[in-house]
Formats: sequence, structure tokens, C-alpha cells
Amino acid sequence: MPSHFLLLTLFALFVSIVFAVLLRDDGRSQLRFGTLLFGGFVASAVLLGWLMYPFPL
Amino acid sequence: MPVREAAAERAQSANPVLVSLAAWAVPGAGHLWFGHRFKGLVFLVTLPLMFAVGLWLNGRLFPFELSQPLVALAALADVGVGLTYVVAKALGLGRGDVVAITYEYGNAFLIVAGLLNILVVIDAWDIALGRK
Repeated sequence: MPSHFLLLTLFALFVSIVFAVLLRDDGRSQLRFGTLLFGGFVASAVLLGWLMYPFPL
Repeated sequence: MPVREAAAERAQSANPVLVSLAAWAVPGAGHLWFGHRFKGLVFLVTLPLMFAVGLWLNGRLFPFELSQPLVALAALADVGVGLTYVVAKALGLGRGDVVAITYEYGNAFLIVAGLLNILVVIDAWDIALGRK
């Protein structure tokens, strides 16, 4: 069964690739912007996950 | 003739509506039309793949139910991915398994793949009008 973390990472990867290629024109800035987006997505998901940890369902 | 000049010339002679229709039907087709090969290929691979992952995760292709505006909006987003949606519907995929643990993930993948393709179509439209 796929893990939640794996799925959110995959989602972040797809979205980052499309945004980076769409919004930047040269390869170097696409890579830079894409990496930044991907890192931001994953880091904010982990951070929000930990912030929600104390709250019950 | 340099690639950029050739692409600009093609953009001037292209019909923006036709380009947008092609870009909607086949993700990346609009960019390939103008010679942006790398961008076009990335969209062509990434967006249908994202949509396929959504189907694999038991996501649902929402029906156009105007009595439920959010469902109708989700359906509109799903259609954004173009012919991939039509093929999936024709094959009877995307029924959605609401008790599957990955159901909501699947929906997110399906909806966002469609919305991203709409952004790609808008970008192709801008190129066709010479704004980019």
C-alpha cells in the first residue's frame, strides 16, 4: 500500500516539474525553481503535519 | 533560421483557437506546435502520467451535477486534461472507490492534472498571440 508521504512527494514532484517548465525558460533556472518548489512543498507538508500532531481527529 | 525566429513566425501564422484546442486535447501539443520541444514533451509525459496515477489511486472522474456546484467544478477540472479524460471515460475508468484510503489522493491527482493542463493551454494561447 502506498504511504501518504510517498504520495505527497509524488504529487509535489509532478506539480513542481510542470510549474518549473511552464514558468522558466532556460534549463538552469527551471532546475533551480523546480527544486525550490519541490523542497517547499515537501517541507511545508512535513511542518504542517507536525503542527497538526497534537490535535485529535 | 534560428529556432526562436522560426517559432515566432509560426506563432504569427497560427490560429490561437486551433492551437488552444490542440493544447487542450493533447497536453503539450501547443508548445510542440511552436517548436518548444522540451516543454511540450515534458507536458505530454507528465500530465497524462499524473492523471493515470490518480486513476490508479482509485480517484473518481466526477459527473457534471449542477445541483452540486463543487462536484461540477471538479468535473470541469477533470475534463481539463483533454483526450486522456475522454479515453479514461470510454474505458469505464475513474469510478472511484470512496472507501479506498487513497481515494482523496486520487481525486487530487486527477483534478490538479486537469487544472495544470488548463494553465498549459493558457500559456500556449499567450504564445499564439505573441505575448510570450
